[in-house]
Amino acid sequence: MGEGGFIGVMVLTALLCFVIAGQALDMPMRIHTVLGALAAMAAAFFTLNRYFKRPAELPPQEIDGKPNYNDGVIRFLTLISVFWGVVGFVVGLVIALQLAFPALNFDVEFLSFSRVRPLHTSAVIFAFGGNVLLATSFYVVQRSCQARLAGDIAPWFVALGYNLFIVIAATGYLLGVTQSKEYAEPEWYADLWLTVVWVVYLLVFLATLWKRKEPHIFVANWFYLAFIVTIAMLHLVNNAAVPVSLFSSKSVIVWSGVQDAMVQWWYGHNAVGFFLTAGFLAIMYYFIPKRAQRPIYSYRLSIVHFWSLIFLYIWAGPHHLHYTALPQWAQTLGMTFSVILWMPSWGGMINGLMTLSGAWDKLRTDPVLRMMVVSVAFYGMSTFEGPLMSVRAVNSLSHYTDWTIGHVHSGALGWVGFISFGAIYCLVPWLWGRKQLYSLKLVDWHFWLSTIGIVLYITAMWVAGILQGLMWRAYTELGFLEYAFIETVEAMYPFYLIRALGGALFVVGSFVFAYNIYMTIRYGDREEAAAAPSSAAVPAE
Amino acid sequence: MSLLKRHVIFETNSILLTIGILFVVAIGGLIEIVPLYYLKSTIEEVEGMRPYTPLELAGRDIYLREGCYVCHSQMIRTMRDEVERYGHYSLAAESMYDHPFQWGSKRSGPDLARVGGKYSDDWHVEHLINPRSVVPASIMPGYPHLAQRELETNALKANLNANRIVGVPYTDAQIENTIVDLRAQTNPDDDNVDAFMERYPGALVRSFDGDTDRVTEMEALVAYLQMLGTLVDFSLYDDKANLR
Repeated sequence: MGEGGFIGVMVLTALLCFVIAGQALDMPMRIHTVLGALAAMAAAFFTLNRYFKRPAELPPQEIDGKPNYNDGVIRFLTLISVFWGVVGFVVGLVIALQLAFPALNFDVEFLSFSRVRPLHTSAVIFAFGGNVLLATSFYVVQRSCQARLAGDIAPWFVALGYNLFIVIAATGYLLGVTQSKEYAEPEWYADLWLTVVWVVYLLVFLATLWKRKEPHIFVANWFYLAFIVTIAMLHLVNNAAVPVSLFSSKSVIVWSGVQDAMVQWWYGHNAVGFFLTAGFLAIMYYFIPKRAQRPIYSYRLSIVHFWSLIFLYIWAGPHHLHYTALPQWAQTLGMTFSVILWMPSWGGMINGLMTLSGAWDKLRTDPVLRMMVVSVAFYGMSTFEGPLMSVRAVNSLSHYTDWTIGHVHSGALGWVGFISFGAIYCLVPWLWGRKQLYSLKLVDWHFWLSTIGIVLYITAMWVAGILQGLMWRAYTELGFLEYAFIETVEAMYPFYLIRALGGALFVVGSFVFAYNIYMTIRYGDREEAAAAPSSAAVPAE
Repeated sequence: MSLLKRHVIFETNSILLTIGILFVVAIGGLIEIVPLYYLKSTIEEVEGMRPYTPLELAGRDIYLREGCYVCHSQMIRTMRDEVERYGHYSLAAESMYDHPFQWGSKRSGPDLARVGGKYSDDWHVEHLINPRSVVPASIMPGYPHLAQRELETNALKANLNANRIVGVPYTDAQIENTIVDLRAQTNPDDDNVDAFMERYPGALVRSFDGDTDRVTEMEALVAYLQMLGTLVDFSLYDDKANLR
């Protein structure tokens, strides 16, 4: 019954896509609607195929009194996040080199920095980070609830639908389809599709919580829930738009000027706060205790951390708009809350780090745990730097410069990257029933390559940003501006080279990571029967 | 710590937890965004702001499409060096018809809020095709395809209309004459130039790429760049009247 309805909806979706494709006013719309139609038809076909190939009843919720976890979808999400991660890092390296050597734009519209840069940001944040969050949240919610993931087709719909959104967004950027709102560039039809996927995601997550055996909801799940709910709110408000036509890829954002700036950075900063922080804190709260085999340091701190973090983060947006035409009262609110935000951020960091108490020796012996602990240290560093940069006087220097880029990357590479690598290093042996990773030595290599890469990256950007900021405001003795703008661009060259070198090290590290994951799955020693019951219910994929 | 004990109700009820989260995260946004719509001091009263002409709007869409905002801001901050480098600091009123705003977040290249009129059309065309031919140290990508491609106008009227739906005060006549106005603005000999000037006072009328036969994407983009930051009449603008 559920399958029949799903097939019906998919067929209708395919039809709608074809109708729009036939009437499309521009080429990207035609390409994307054909892509959508093909995806919907494939979904209908595989669902139908699966129906005929297996006995009528659904996979059991439990086998021998143990929950029959649905891990197939998590395996897919884990692998695709490794793939997107490597792609996103490589694209990042390419655009870093474009800034040092503009000839690398090749004067081809699809390859210009200005179109590829959104591809990089979306690939690392939404494709890599998003799939890690989907994978870990599906894993954690099942284990902490001792229940099979809710829904039959739904989890696969979320996983594949989300990645379809990624493909539409990524190809759209290269074709010039963009709303021009940073970190929310995909156009109206991609946004609508993501909304559908996201609502199903929320329902799968909640419905799994409802099946829990334990009365209490585990801490990590609060953070996942806050991430899902808040991202939904931000997405809907920030992307509110009127399409130029049903047949056009172009839309007009409802908000304008100063209000749109406020809405955008309310969204933008909380994409950091709830996508890149709350979601990954959930990973911290599950995977670090699990790997260290220690309980979370403080339960009370978790409660205080959770509510104060989500309450305070939402205010921080206006610190992206200091000294602009945004009214000063709003700027001041943004700055004040950003500084206060330092406290819950470090509260969370302490809770993560202190979980290691009594197990510090493991940092020496377990490179995976070390990676996750260093990620929390990077989190602490960038959540100190952030409030500093939100202070108006500091911001007057740092804003519009590469200091901001460096700050973002200490959080993104150090915190989000490392905690994700750590979680995937944990997940792969668990999911594929392997005794351990193929090589801990390679994890060590990955760790050091990436760490040195990050240090080169952020130090180069600190110097570049502060230098450029100072050059912009430098005056000669006679009271004239000392530098033409182009001189401040030329001064960036050596730092762009160092940054690219750092990025290259990080990319090489990610190759080592992907190789290790591949070898673990392909050749790792199989764990004995104690492994999780093989889930008989991997849908047709 | 009885308060923390009460936390059990959130931990044991997923719906209450969800509602609690929504409530807590809604507050900050409501307080920071909603007043911007009713506080009169948010947007200054100025002389000269008008909606974009069809050509400028099409040029702006190319600016968006190519991702210019990735490296160029359109927001001059209220700091001495910025005002001396770029011109009068930007007013909220100057972007009130921008859906979405283009203030930007990074200056890999200079601010463009008042680039209008600072360089010749020829310079812009040359610079967009090959930036290093006029600025040897530039790191900007070249956009030679803009000069070759004719401007696609099949959704332009619908675009003006969508802008009207979200609040830009386009008149019926402006929307009706979208294509007529597009042609008139690029050709000073066009019969409809006077009517066009009546609909968009102060707009620049000329061939922005030296070719009156066709309207290219380059022409639209240059028309947009050449009007940036030029609409507000600062001789009539009183800073003090807008202190906030």
